[in-house]
Amino acid sequence: MKYILYYLIFPGFLFSSIVGLLACWVDRKVTARLQWRVGPPWHQNFTDLVKLLGKEVIVPESAKLTFLLSPYLGLISVVLVCTGLGRIIILPLDSFGVDLIVFFYLLTVPAIALIIGASASRNPLASVGASREAKLILAYELPFILAIIVVVIKSRGAIQIGQIIQYQMIFGSNLFSISGFLSFIAAIFCIQAKLGTGLFDIAEADQEIMCGTLIEYSGLPLAIFKLTKALMLYIVPLFIIVLFLGRDLSPVFLTAKYLMLLVIIILFKNTNPRLRIDQALRFFWRIPTLLAGAAVVLAICGL
Amino acid sequence: MDIRKKALTKSIWVFHVSAGSCNNCDIEIFDCFTPRFDVERLGIQLAGSVRHADALLITGVINKKTIPIVKKIYEQAPKPCMVIACGICANSQHMFRFGYNVEKPLDKILPVDVYIPGCPPKPEAIISGIVKLIDKLKKGK
Repeated sequence: MKYILYYLIFPGFLFSSIVGLLACWVDRKVTARLQWRVGPPWHQNFTDLVKLLGKEVIVPESAKLTFLLSPYLGLISVVLVCTGLGRIIILPLDSFGVDLIVFFYLLTVPAIALIIGASASRNPLASVGASREAKLILAYELPFILAIIVVVIKSRGAIQIGQIIQYQMIFGSNLFSISGFLSFIAAIFCIQAKLGTGLFDIAEADQEIMCGTLIEYSGLPLAIFKLTKALMLYIVPLFIIVLFLGRDLSPVFLTAKYLMLLVIIILFKNTNPRLRIDQALRFFWRIPTLLAGAAVVLAICGL
Repeated sequence: MDIRKKALTKSIWVFHVSAGSCNNCDIEIFDCFTPRFDVERLGIQLAGSVRHADALLITGVINKKTIPIVKKIYEQAPKPCMVIACGICANSQHMFRFGYNVEKPLDKILPVDVYIPGCPPKPEAIISGIVKLIDKLKKGK
């Protein structure tokens, strides 16, 4: 019963969707200010969601049941990550039964839900988007895993996030060492690909393949995908902060660190054009993988 | 007023249908998203896919080739979906009304909600058209 409350209300669904939608607003507002525009009001993303709930849901002819189910798959897993990570940030030593590897897998599920939904919609552009999303997962997972392994090595093999936070409380944040810094840079590129922003907005390219994976979605399922994206924008930077900057996780510092990382992502998004999928693959398997690999070696050497 | 309808007035996603226009209207539409006019502060975005659209912004003179396409796009859009005729060609066929391939104006094909005249309409005129559309939605279509 208590866990259901956690899941639905406080660190879980309600709280994190409000924060995520506000983060989306920060994204849009900062983008607008960078382009010397005014930008939308703070409630814009909430309005968009409510509007989408009132629209007709169109299911393409001969689409499978998975077309309507896959949005929920993504949402459920992201909310699970939000709940677990939220609990751990509040009480680092309260073992909630979830560790790094579970989070890592659950954060991949939204992308997989997107692939399933897009493939079920039977639209050629959606299938292009789905294949790009799959290739993008292949590209960014390798450096992301390496970057996380650095954190695990540095905290002497702990994979409970509570223990990692505790280690950083005692010995200082992982970022302020050579290996931590290198893997942090690799992780920043990986989370941009995970969020699908800017450089790596390849699967959902608005102008090129008409929203790609989301092309056939309308109404409620589209709203759920947008909400999942908002939750990812909230939880993925938070995950990186917990791993790399986990020394002081009091609300003020946490908010400041989160906003800093968010603005870094937004600046990257606004100053770089979209890559092609082969460029993205080549990029990820070269620079971030090399950086993270070097960081692993350095971490084993104790730097 | 219904909260969903109220939300609709504050976040209109526009799908831009260029049904045989000379590209002038299209340039002026993109001007609306530039810093000087910035319609995103009214919650208006260009949608990539017609399934996400709340309004179809149709430019150009509708000819024999584009009539079935425009009809098909309107059927693909989720309802409620508004139709905006942008530019004098879409409104009344302009100087192409005697053309060999031009059959009938847009409002004989689709239920048009707002007419934006001009060749091409200024961004101010497009914003005024949007305001008219929002007023119409508020009164209850």
